[in-house]
Amino acid sequence: MKTSRIPVFKTSLKDSSIAGKIFFYRYFYLMLLPVVIWYFVFSYTPMYGITLAFKSFNYNEGIIGSPWIGFQNFLDMVKDPGFISAFKNTLIISFCKLLIHFPVPIILSILLNEMTRRRLKKVYQTIFTFPHFISWVVMSGIIISILSKDGIVNQIISVFGGDAVSPLVTSSQFRTVIYTTHIWKQMGWDSIIYLAALANINPELLEAASIDGAGRFQKIMHITWPCIRGTAAILLILQIGLMLNIGSGFDQIFNLYNSSVYDVADTIDTFIFRTTFTIGSDFGYMTAVGLVKSVINLLLLITANYTVRKLGEQGIF
Amino acid sequence: MINSKTLKNEGKLFSILNIILLGLLSVIAIFPFYNVFIVSLAKIEVIVKQPVYIIPLSFDLTSYKQIVMEPKFVNAMLVSIFVTVSGVCLSMLLSVLGAYALSKKNMPGRNFLLAAILFTMFFNGGLIPYYLVVKNAGLINNVLCMVIPPAINTFYLIIMKNYFTTIPASLEESARIDGANDIFILIRIIIPTSAPFIATFALFYSVDRWNEWWNALMFINESKKAPLQIFLREILINFSNQFSTMAEALRDRNKTTYLKGIQMAAVVVSSIPILLVYPYLQKHFVKGILVGALKE
Repeated sequence: MKTSRIPVFKTSLKDSSIAGKIFFYRYFYLMLLPVVIWYFVFSYTPMYGITLAFKSFNYNEGIIGSPWIGFQNFLDMVKDPGFISAFKNTLIISFCKLLIHFPVPIILSILLNEMTRRRLKKVYQTIFTFPHFISWVVMSGIIISILSKDGIVNQIISVFGGDAVSPLVTSSQFRTVIYTTHIWKQMGWDSIIYLAALANINPELLEAASIDGAGRFQKIMHITWPCIRGTAAILLILQIGLMLNIGSGFDQIFNLYNSSVYDVADTIDTFIFRTTFTIGSDFGYMTAVGLVKSVINLLLLITANYTVRKLGEQGIF
Repeated sequence: MINSKTLKNEGKLFSILNIILLGLLSVIAIFPFYNVFIVSLAKIEVIVKQPVYIIPLSFDLTSYKQIVMEPKFVNAMLVSIFVTVSGVCLSMLLSVLGAYALSKKNMPGRNFLLAAILFTMFFNGGLIPYYLVVKNAGLINNVLCMVIPPAINTFYLIIMKNYFTTIPASLEESARIDGANDIFILIRIIIPTSAPFIATFALFYSVDRWNEWWNALMFINESKKAPLQIFLREILINFSNQFSTMAEALRDRNKTTYLKGIQMAAVVVSSIPILLVYPYLQKHFVKGILVGALKE
């Protein structure tokens, strides 16, 4: 063993025993303390509250004092038409939204990457990313306004002699509004991550392909796409894993829907929120509904991660 | 063999089609915002005469005057400013401390804590238990309900942690030789060297707090404590809620005026702060800081 080690390291980490290490990092534990407290209170205490799903909530006795009722809340769910409809809508909307939206930022980033005019590319990107920073409250206000009876969409339709539309109160059209406005708000933001991956492509690779006679389309298929495939795989797992959270989009649906489209628009999140705070349903039952969603979410994440790893891409855990 | 001339022509055609396609798409994407803007500046007498109002034919600031004179709007704006400023301070304090400490790979217990933090991204207790926790914390009808419960964004925390890992250890070690403790090192060395990076996250948090409405919708039940987004929700989306007085008052007082103009003016005024920070945000996120979040 060499003796010419820099002494500083030795004095700062005197012994490698656990106690010594903990002492060495004492200030870092101090820094972490408020963060740990925050996560404990706002993330882990609610997880304990999941026990409510197996209880009948009694307001005066709180979570701990309320009586256990086993799986009664889950049995009630199967008989609740409101839940069944919300459950079905959540799956349909999440799945379709993922299916329709997922390729959009990939295609957008490839097209933006192919642009040679840098200034124009920047302008386009600025426009596409902007809606991400506007809240769904404001976005919904704008959407409701442009789709209203006297809104700009109906003005244009009437000029061309068409019949006025009101997709926000029409069950057969409401979901289309959800899918398109989601793309409008998120496509630019979601493409950033792919653009960053595309920026790392070695230009020599593209040059070599050109010399070999590859056209634009061939280069996209054989160089550009393979470079972002890994990123796409990871994002796909993440999005499948968070499908029911992000996919069903509480903020978006809650601000856009109304009683005339509950049959196609009510999701588990909006169902829980609305029935809890406006009707005042049993807390135990609503917790059980939330738990069903959380568990499905976790299962989806694990399955997606496993599948992607099987296919030879890197997973997230 | 394809000759190089056809390839070049193919490339040029592709470029032109590409510019046109993306151009059309960006016109569609920007159009609703453009519409908001011109309606907010329109005179009702002009707008009713037009079958389609696409070209701004009038310039009138009445709607803006009405919205900024509305005490409820001003009050909501002040609540949002308070929430944003205090929220960013608390969020940054917690995130910087947490991210820096978690960047220390050899710290005992670090991996466990990191896993516990990541787990919260994929699993949570759900709405009701969260509601009860916030209620028991005494945050019902308290403006801090928009500051404390959403204080840490795990996604941002992880990106910041990844960034701190890339800071060379030599920077800290030289200070440690001089006898500085780790908190001093963080304040005097780490934060100044990563200022632009930290500032970007302060802006991300500020946009989040400015757009905060969900916690307010659940926990705030007095209109004088309602933030801007709740005010906007009332005047844009539903006129019949617990805050209905807010929207009703505005509607009644302005009976003779153009309601849509006022709504759109409110949207524009409340988006100004975001428009101001957007160029800075864009400059930095394009550099790819978000990519760091994908690994680990």
